[in-house]
Amino acid sequence: MWKFIVRRLFVTFPQIVILSVIIFILAQMMPGDALTGLIDPNIDPAAIEEQRERLGLNNPWYVQYSDWVKGVVQGDLGQSFRYKMPVSDLIEQRMINTFWLSLLTLIFTYAMAIPLGIISGRWNDTWLDRAITGYTYIGFAAPLFITALLMVWVFGFHFGWFPTGGSVAPGLTPGTFEYFISKLQHLLLPAFSMAVITTVSTVQYLRSEIIDTKQKDFIVTARAKGAPESRVYNRHIFRNSLLPIAAFFGYEISGLIGGSIFIESIFSFPGMGQLFLDSVLLRDYSVVTSVVLIFGIAAILGALLSDIILSIVDPRIRIK
Amino acid sequence: MSNKLLEIKNLSTSFRIGDDYYAAVDDVTLTLNKNEVLGIVGESGSGKSALAFSIMRLHNRAKIEGSILLNDQDIVDMSAANLNKLRGDDMAMIFQDPLTALNPLMEIGEQISEALLLHNPRMTQKQRKQRVIELLNLVGIPRPEFVYEQFPHELSGGMRQRVVIAIAISNKPELLIADEPTTALDVTIQAQILDLIRKLKEEMNAGIILITHDLGVVAEMADRVAVMYAGQIVEIAEVHTLFENPLHPYTKSLLNSVPTEGQDKLHVIQGIVPSLKNLPRKGCRFASRIPWIDASVHEENPVLHEVKPGHFVRCSCHTHFYFSEESKEAEKNGIS
Repeated sequence: MWKFIVRRLFVTFPQIVILSVIIFILAQMMPGDALTGLIDPNIDPAAIEEQRERLGLNNPWYVQYSDWVKGVVQGDLGQSFRYKMPVSDLIEQRMINTFWLSLLTLIFTYAMAIPLGIISGRWNDTWLDRAITGYTYIGFAAPLFITALLMVWVFGFHFGWFPTGGSVAPGLTPGTFEYFISKLQHLLLPAFSMAVITTVSTVQYLRSEIIDTKQKDFIVTARAKGAPESRVYNRHIFRNSLLPIAAFFGYEISGLIGGSIFIESIFSFPGMGQLFLDSVLLRDYSVVTSVVLIFGIAAILGALLSDIILSIVDPRIRIK
Repeated sequence: MSNKLLEIKNLSTSFRIGDDYYAAVDDVTLTLNKNEVLGIVGESGSGKSALAFSIMRLHNRAKIEGSILLNDQDIVDMSAANLNKLRGDDMAMIFQDPLTALNPLMEIGEQISEALLLHNPRMTQKQRKQRVIELLNLVGIPRPEFVYEQFPHELSGGMRQRVVIAIAISNKPELLIADEPTTALDVTIQAQILDLIRKLKEEMNAGIILITHDLGVVAEMADRVAVMYAGQIVEIAEVHTLFENPLHPYTKSLLNSVPTEGQDKLHVIQGIVPSLKNLPRKGCRFASRIPWIDASVHEENPVLHEVKPGHFVRCSCHTHFYFSEESKEAEKNGIS
């Protein structure tokens, strides 16, 4: 078990190094540099060149790369030109917002997907199953931004139950109970809108896993032992069907950091997705590279987590 | 107390194809005595396994008619709760494919233990574990304490079949159904598993229904044999009678298909078992595979006749049956 995790970690490290190189190269290939467009064009080019020299922008790429990596390792991601603050501080703020939004989304997603998938799989081809599969098809077909807009319009605008933007009402002191409630209120609608759509693939997956497991021979063995249906389902079918869902969970976790560009834009929610979009549009390069690096690392760690979860729940994968 | 353990009367098991039901087991009547081994033989698709699953009531969607009396209790009309009390306790089953018959995510010990737990709720965990180790020993698994904590994928096919047997015998069933227990195993392992079943039979005094298409296995293990064809029993007899004096054309053809020494080519029964949907429901079902026999010798509605005490055969065509010149010719010329 530990051997497997350690081995898996050895693979992860080079993955992250390669990722950082790719991001660095992409950043280098982008037109212009940190000084283009930032400085009054009437300034003497010699002065700009002097600045370039001072910032190390004329160094060969490997020196620049190692400077960058040194900074990143120490938590220095550079300065944001747009927000005039260290990128690490900016990202920290946004990441906390996105984390809570994604966590709530994840809770909603599984709270819906597991019961729906189980009902649909256990009583497949009944009217209830058809209703649930019908919903999943609509979920697959409806784009997230349409659903989210509809939610904003109905629950935010028409009924006025939820705020339609931001992450907290202005003028509240952090730490108070009102602050917490306001945060939660701002989270509920975007999280739910997203969960309604993201849950459908998990429902479908779980449904087909259960239908598949139901027909396995070892289920017949369990029945032949005299196990009542409830036990057959709880001990044998569900446990085996949840396996791939558990494995998928790691990837979902990486979404906790990545957030969703669509949802955050529609709800003007200050999270990572929106930060990414804004910084691309505003050419805030140091933010873009940092955010892409963090997304990449999150994806790699998500895959790592998935493998670890799978090795815990499935004895066939463990390495002796 | 009567000696009868299982009594099946006019059992039909039908499956739905489209809008109609088709009987895979058709009007089967048979009895099994205590401490007796009844072999059931027949080609693939003759309804052997469907019969076994009907006795355990393991079919998901099937219409079962007739009666199955186990110790005078009718299984056909039994509620699910009562059925669960019988399954794994009074009657148990050994499955065909040990590679898929065990839950891949459960430890071996836990899987056997479950069968004990379901029927002996008062047993403590410690007692259960002790009994599981005992069972593993009994079915000849080395290092039972170690195997207890292993998962199915860590064992070989033969070992897994021993585990499946351990599950089946855990509550000392009176009726043990072995559904082709050796089909998925290597020949050397087959012999070991059969030895094990025979040894257990002597220890448990159980009635055993042994389903197989291996006539050698039947000759070695069974007391009586039922031959099934297309969902019906075509012949039942004591094992010696059947092998020495087979009557039904199908039985004769089956026995004739067993390779003997010095034979160049195998005898082959012409044609195939008709599919469930295309089964002739009237007349002798084997008629289409012995076309050289005059059609008028078949009964219109063939029934089992008792030709000698304990020896039953279906349809009167058996008195007129001979192997066709063609099939003899084919045998000689080596068409397989």
